[in-house]
Amino acid sequence: MVEHRRWNDIVAYLVLTLGVLLVVFPVYVALIASTHDAATVVNGNMPMLPGGHALENYYRAIFVGGSRASREPVGHMLINSFIMAMGIALGKIFISILSAYAVVYFRFPFRKTAFWIIFITLMLPVEVRIYPTYKVIADLKMLDTYGGLILPLIASATGTLLFRQFFMTIPDELLEASRIDGAGPYRFFKDTLLPLSVTTMAALFVIQFIYGWNQYLWPLLITTQDSMQTIVTGIKKMLTTTDELAEWQLAMATAILAMLPPVAVVIFMQRLFVRGLVETEK
Amino acid sequence: MEKSAIFGNKALPYALLVPQLVITLVFFYWPASQAVWQSFLREDAFGLNSEFVGLENYQALFAQPEYYKSMLTTLVFSSLVAALSLSIALLFATQADKNIKAAPVFKVMMIWPYAVAPAVAGVLWLFMFHPTLGTLARPMRVMGMNWNPLLNGNHAMALIVMAAVWKQIAYNFLFFLAGLQSIPRSVLEAGAIDGAGPLRRFWTITFPLLSPTTFFLLVVNVVYVFFDTFGIIDAVTGGGPAGSTTTMVYKVYADGRLGGDLGGSAAQSVVLMVIVIALTAIQFRYVERKVQY
Repeated sequence: MVEHRRWNDIVAYLVLTLGVLLVVFPVYVALIASTHDAATVVNGNMPMLPGGHALENYYRAIFVGGSRASREPVGHMLINSFIMAMGIALGKIFISILSAYAVVYFRFPFRKTAFWIIFITLMLPVEVRIYPTYKVIADLKMLDTYGGLILPLIASATGTLLFRQFFMTIPDELLEASRIDGAGPYRFFKDTLLPLSVTTMAALFVIQFIYGWNQYLWPLLITTQDSMQTIVTGIKKMLTTTDELAEWQLAMATAILAMLPPVAVVIFMQRLFVRGLVETEK
Repeated sequence: MEKSAIFGNKALPYALLVPQLVITLVFFYWPASQAVWQSFLREDAFGLNSEFVGLENYQALFAQPEYYKSMLTTLVFSSLVAALSLSIALLFATQADKNIKAAPVFKVMMIWPYAVAPAVAGVLWLFMFHPTLGTLARPMRVMGMNWNPLLNGNHAMALIVMAAVWKQIAYNFLFFLAGLQSIPRSVLEAGAIDGAGPLRRFWTITFPLLSPTTFFLLVVNVVYVFFDTFGIIDAVTGGGPAGSTTTMVYKVYADGRLGGDLGGSAAQSVVLMVIVIALTAIQFRYVERKVQY
């Protein structure tokens, strides 16, 4: 550091503590609300300390669902979200590592064309072409299926670009050496390229898992059955009830459950997360 | 950049490309071309017949006062979110860049909201500021403010801006911090030797050197506001009250679903595509400049 002044450090601690409070406060309020009963939450004068209904609220949210019979318990939604997030993350890694391998390590007619066909998808997020995509899924009879939830969201170029970029940094000598050892494209991929790509795959996995878990508009449109709902779309439905008062304490318990897995991923795999975030943006 | 060491197989590369190309063609190009095609069609009330109407959907769209209103809403929303989240994140990043012991802890504490789904973030903020049961709405009322984001359009906008900013600070913080850490210390030391204080050094050295990061983040933030805030808007306001938080993306959704106007919705999609492609082009030009830099 250029100079070390005491007040400078104090300012840093003050500002950052304030920032952390700002960032944490909304979640703290939700956490508190999820430990009170409905009456305490609704009267608008909720205490700022935990109440005694945490177990009851989380039990009801996970296993029973809201008071209306048609609502799914959150436990099931968590499973759907998990399948969707894993499907998107693994599916994207699978298709993009193969296509990047083809584009980097082979020469064939239409190679550039194939690359551009994939590359252009970067420009149009699913929100822009939402109804036509819905129609395609409906025509393929994939509404209310995991395939319908997952496949349209892995049709993008981020993974391919990431692996392409990484493969370009691998020295050519490695391929020449394994060719001298008699390795073909399959052996080279399995024994050399895959082990080298583990970190890149993990970083992509972390980013795509969060992306998949947090999807909202797409699952909202293509799931009509409650049994296929994901947790992020489920919260909204808990609050849009016309027949009865919304059960905010359950909605807040659900919100906490919905953010737990992706937030845990960021905190415990921080380095992979940062790496994935920085590299997919290039 | 091209590899010089390659395999000679003829059929294998196509086989490797098949999964991605099939998924891209079926789930990207087919629907995207449908959107363009549909924007030139008009369906009858029952969705049974459609006829080619040329540019009529576009003419109808640009004759709608609501469409200009949604453009204005998008502009207000994205400028507020970008300005606030960038400046707040920059403030925190400059502090975390200082040589303090707890910096890594603060860093984790700042970046985790990135992982919170926009819709969930929206629900959290709605709960705090809900007119009847919100923890923070009550003090506002006591202070004499007639706070009601469910009825007042400006209040609704303020609420979704806060939720969107809260979520985006994490991302901007991370990139600003990385940008700050890549500024050579020697430059700052030289400034200090010449007698520039911390504030002066920030505005004359750090901030200009950070400008590539800032510009990159500006584009990313605008794209974020355009698309990723859909969940926040739908969870908090549903585009209301009276359309005051209906952004362009939200209008595509609302017109197609609630209004059943698929041709008009498709025309809006095409307009959005053009905007996104323009934004991406700007971003790529910037990336190329960064490479030379």
